Amino acid sequence: MSSMTEPPKQSFRLSQLIYDTRYRSMTIQVIAAILIALGFAWLLNNTIQNLEALGKDFRFGFLNNQAGYDINQRLIDYNSQSTHLRAAIVGMLNTLLVAVLGCITATILGVFAGVLRLSKNWVVSNLMAIYVEGFRNVPLLLWIILIFAVMTESMPQPRDFRGDEPVASMALGDSVAVTNRGIYIPRLGFENSLGASGAEHQAAVDAAVADGTEVPPPPSSWADWLVLAGVLGASIFAARVVTKRADVTQQATGIRPTTWYIRLGLIVIPTAIALFALGATIVQPYLKGFNFTEGVHLRNSLIALWFALSLYTGAFIAEIVRAGIMAVSKGQSEAAFALGMRPNWTMNLIILPQAMRVIIPPLISQYLNLTKNSSLAIAVGYMDVRATLGGITINQTGRELEGMLLMALFYLVLSLLISGAMNVYNASTKLEER
Amino acid sequence: MKNTVILGAMTVAGLVAGTAHADTLGDVTDRGSLNCGVTTGLVGFAAPDANGVWTGFDVGVCRAVAAAVLGDSNAVNFVPTTGQTRFTALASGEIDMLARNTTWTFSRDTDLAFEFVGVNYYDGQGFMIPSELGVSSAKELDGATVCIQTGTTTELNLADFFRTNNISYEPVPIETNAEAQQQYLAGACDVYTTDASGLAATRATFENPGDHVLLPEIISKEPLGPLVRHGDNEWGDIVRWTLNALISAEELGVTSANVGELAGAAGDNPEINRLLGTEGELGSYIGLDADWAARAIGVGGNYGELFEDNIGENTPIGLARGLNAQWTDGGLLYSPPFR
Ligand SMILES: N[C@@H](CCC(=O)N[C@@H](CS)C(=O)NCC(=O)O)C(=O)O
Repeated sequence: MSSMTEPPKQSFRLSQLIYDTRYRSMTIQVIAAILIALGFAWLLNNTIQNLEALGKDFRFGFLNNQAGYDINQRLIDYNSQSTHLRAAIVGMLNTLLVAVLGCITATILGVFAGVLRLSKNWVVSNLMAIYVEGFRNVPLLLWIILIFAVMTESMPQPRDFRGDEPVASMALGDSVAVTNRGIYIPRLGFENSLGASGAEHQAAVDAAVADGTEVPPPPSSWADWLVLAGVLGASIFAARVVTKRADVTQQATGIRPTTWYIRLGLIVIPTAIALFALGATIVQPYLKGFNFTEGVHLRNSLIALWFALSLYTGAFIAEIVRAGIMAVSKGQSEAAFALGMRPNWTMNLIILPQAMRVIIPPLISQYLNLTKNSSLAIAVGYMDVRATLGGITINQTGRELEGMLLMALFYLVLSLLISGAMNVYNASTKLEER
Repeated sequence: MKNTVILGAMTVAGLVAGTAHADTLGDVTDRGSLNCGVTTGLVGFAAPDANGVWTGFDVGVCRAVAAAVLGDSNAVNFVPTTGQTRFTALASGEIDMLARNTTWTFSRDTDLAFEFVGVNYYDGQGFMIPSELGVSSAKELDGATVCIQTGTTTELNLADFFRTNNISYEPVPIETNAEAQQQYLAGACDVYTTDASGLAATRATFENPGDHVLLPEIISKEPLGPLVRHGDNEWGDIVRWTLNALISAEELGVTSANVGELAGAAGDNPEINRLLGTEGELGSYIGLDADWAARAIGVGGNYGELFEDNIGENTPIGLARGLNAQWTDGGLLYSPPFR
């Protein structure tokens, strides 16, 4: 090797840029970079020129103008006099809502279907195969529209619940109404609701009692839910501390102290006290005028989108879970059985934790897909960010470019956040190599 | 050297882009056909018939323009647009003009950078509701579920109406009239609201039109008319004066039956002569030949004929002329003179 002669030093010739392997890749990269830069310059220039030709400018001031339209599903306060920006935020929250709900149910469905597809029971495993193949191989849009159509066409109208011998009646002890406008379920209301809504409610109740009219149902505010979540979180943390202490005791003495009743008490009692203090009551939906009021209204559009996204993505997740499980070597389960572990223990304690390493990376992309697919909301009129910012707002203000860019930015940031969070989780489950 | 290449490319790109939207008339004649944006289907206004041929009141305007410009009323590509897509389609140049029961409003005319060339139907927003609900006024609609097409003035008027009357409603946003019809008939909404003409046209296609009533309230002004992009005044003039020619023709008694004869030779009425090009050279002012208006009128007749054939009282839609009568009959139709 050391005897290799140095190539004679010769002067650089232009043809070397192409024929000499030392320079060729460099040349290609430089040319590609120039072409890409030109492409971008052309796109940018074209956009500017065309905007100019149309007499349009590029500004985001429209976001502060009054929106003028109403939105049916609002997670925050909004009315037709709010700004376009607020309408966009309402839409973003609706997108987030259906994405989060969808990811949760898709994961549950997917894990079940993936595990069951490996079942030794012929019927179960084949049923799961039918589910997976049926949903994976039919376009998502069709499932969304199908569920929506079934809901609107075959469920009873609210007015069918009326009269002495109604055509339809509420389910589950008169607490749930399934109508062709969606499903109404009971909600929690707080007599002593915190913040402004509590005072308003008190005033409304006093007025109703004075007039002898119907007492309004108790409200619920974000503050109430935050308090409840805080109490529950603290309780769970305390219960964890108890478990940790039990672990320590077990390590030291070999005897595990019984802690389940302490943990149960820690979780149940503070929450119950908080619920009692807030005056929690269950508010049931009831028929009033044209529609049901009160309770939570799960609109057809939400149900169709949520279910279809969950079922569709769940089928993909099932395959990912199945692949993850099959990737764990057979010896692992044989060893577990040899130790006398039952099959579900083996699955939960031995196989799944190891399969997770294989499952999580592709799972991330399923979550991203689900989130972006939620923009198919357009098919059923679900008011997501595409419908508010990317639909009505663009249409009313003529700001196509600005609106689309903002929307793209929203989806980009959301996707990066999801994959960032999942990567953190992935890092915590991955095999630690020593 | 790198910089010069980029600059050079940018100038070329600039030249290409700069000419993109300058001359609609030239584009249409080069292409040999007119791209006209219409509804996705609203019987009477614009919908394909059993043979797939687009017919209707708005379609008539597209065909008249095609006949005036290209001499062929069939040289039209009808581009179906929804309430939400129509403005982007026009602004981007995908269509040359839009004739899709579109309301002339301040912001559309200015901020959205369009030019409404006139009004071909004076309308207002109404409500349709099944008669079995026993509602007799829109003020009784508190709490109702309302189907609306998104991206329309309807949506904004509705929000204003319910807010000012201090009543609440649940909007169900919908893309097209066909979808709205299906949702409404399935009872997924109590009320359907849109332009009163659109309600009449929709109701006419129901199996039992008699089971549905239009509420008396008309909550807005909806002057519907064809529109083009800002910035091409020559093209705007052509579309505007084609519409005016149809309206003037009715006023002057020029019909599809007699237009051939009247255009053959100059007659006694100088305005008819100028309109049909037997006198003066009005056509050349808008870059067309002398017969342009005669061809436009020859397609589906004058404004009155278009109205009667597509949406008038003898059709299932059964709209009365009302505000859309000629000014001489107490209506609002008033074409500026051809002079
Ligand atoms: N005039 C209103 C509403 C126009 C509109 O959407 N009209 C409906 C019903 S009258 C329509 O044409 N629908 C046909 C379709 O869905 O394509 C506007 O310009 O915003």
